[in-house]
Amino acid sequence: MQIYLPIAEVSVNAFLLLGLGGLVGILSGMFGVGGGFLMTPLLFFIGIPPAVAVATEANQIVASSFSGVLAHFRRKTVDLKMGFVLLIGGLVGAALGVIVFNYLKSVGQVDLLVRLCYVVFLGIIGGLMFIESLRAIRKTHKAGGVTPVTRRQRNWVHALPFKMRFRTSGLYISAIPPLIVGVLVGILAAIMGVGGGFIMVPAMIYILGMPTKVVVGTSLFQIIFVTAFTTMLHATTNFTVDIVLAVLLLVGGVIGAQIGTQIGLRMKAEQLRVLLALMVLIVCGKLATDLLLEPSELYSLGVGGGH
Amino acid sequence: MRWWLCLILMLLPFSAKAEEVVLGLSKDKVAITTSFDGSEILIFGAVKREEPIPTNAPLEVVITVAGPSEPVLVRRKAYRYGIWVNVDFVEVDSAPEFYAVATSGPLDEVLSNVEDLREKITIDRAIRSVGAPSSIQDAGSFTDAIIRIRSEAELYQTLEGQVALDQQTLFRTSIKMPANLTEGDYVTRIFLTRSGEIVADYETSIDVRKVGLERWLFSLSREKPMWYGLMSLAIAIAAGWGASAVFRLLRNT
Repeated sequence: MQIYLPIAEVSVNAFLLLGLGGLVGILSGMFGVGGGFLMTPLLFFIGIPPAVAVATEANQIVASSFSGVLAHFRRKTVDLKMGFVLLIGGLVGAALGVIVFNYLKSVGQVDLLVRLCYVVFLGIIGGLMFIESLRAIRKTHKAGGVTPVTRRQRNWVHALPFKMRFRTSGLYISAIPPLIVGVLVGILAAIMGVGGGFIMVPAMIYILGMPTKVVVGTSLFQIIFVTAFTTMLHATTNFTVDIVLAVLLLVGGVIGAQIGTQIGLRMKAEQLRVLLALMVLIVCGKLATDLLLEPSELYSLGVGGGH
Repeated sequence: MRWWLCLILMLLPFSAKAEEVVLGLSKDKVAITTSFDGSEILIFGAVKREEPIPTNAPLEVVITVAGPSEPVLVRRKAYRYGIWVNVDFVEVDSAPEFYAVATSGPLDEVLSNVEDLREKITIDRAIRSVGAPSSIQDAGSFTDAIIRIRSEAELYQTLEGQVALDQQTLFRTSIKMPANLTEGDYVTRIFLTRSGEIVADYETSIDVRKVGLERWLFSLSREKPMWYGLMSLAIAIAAGWGASAVFRLLRNT
């Protein structure tokens, strides 16, 4: 069934969009990532104009994250206090990100920088997570299936002032690292047009030392607000949020997110991490080959009159 | 209908030409609805004349349909530092979003170069490119790229020999418009030619508009973007909450 999207001004198959939404929704629920890093390139692929894809994706992430976070709230796996600290950083970062984005746009080459951002960040994070979680799984196997309780190391994070107690996470650390993580994720989120979960989740695990179960819910909680902010920015400045596209994606997405959350709860944290790492690496590889191989069409059309 | 009559009445005193176009369109409005999946327009008409058919050369018909023209920024990738990046760009001043040209015979036979240049009939002529930066030697390949990319999307069509012409009097053709149309007035021109020279022409327009829900959403997003944004968020949150509630019910039963 073809459907005409009023803002994107293209006609696409409605079931294809529902399917894409569902698939990305499942991943979103499993890993606590918004799924934007996967959905945005997929939307480019089916012919949605990039500006519309990025803006609409932000709106769709709000829906799937909201659906996902409710499930986590019931299981009390959301660290609200940590969420708010990350959120303050996130909003500041998103605003900074928009400024950076507009600056790059005026210089030109913004597409390339977005792509390079994707390749570099996805590559580093995917690679690190993959190696780390493989090591963790091997360790578990050696210990006869029992996860050894590892003492959290005291690193530089614990030496900073303004300490706060995060009860749900069982942490007593300075508020500065979560704020910085929030700002960095916010900047990247605005530039790359994603929720930023795929960067925040590893940052929370490896830098802040939060327990994996709490990480997913808390990340979803923060993503809702940052993407809602981004949606409003896009809707009011670029007029690129396509509500029909968003509804189709989010109907599939919210259902997928519910299923994904259930799957995620039944899987071991290490397995979850290996899968997420693999997925991040696949997307990274795809984007890298686009940059490295000669494209079949060297020319691309854009909206003129902007100079 | 009324301005049609007015137009004909206005034109009548000046109609000194031997041959005139009388045109019909299967529809002069294309409504873009939610289920819009392209449209096919039948353009038909007759040649009206007071005198016998001239015998010096056969009559030919050229029909063009042009969507609104916009400037287009064409970028070209090149291999730099090991990766493919956009290096050169040319801003083409004006290129139609949609362009179809249908003829009753091979283009170079039905239309002379001079007339093509004057009336901007073929696709190459319909694209206007004034100046490329001096650093770019092959500006032509950028306009070629527009034609190539848009032809692949069926936005540009050259339909040679697709106009059926009977008895040098009745003509008809059908133009397929793809699903990804933009809004605007689609100027439709009909040229009658003899040995490449234009002997009569006629112009009308097809109105392509979003209607209903499409229209409402589009207007809202432009006129009240704040409300539109808030509405998008409200729908997103309601959908997220709804799905969560439904799933909980499903599990509890």
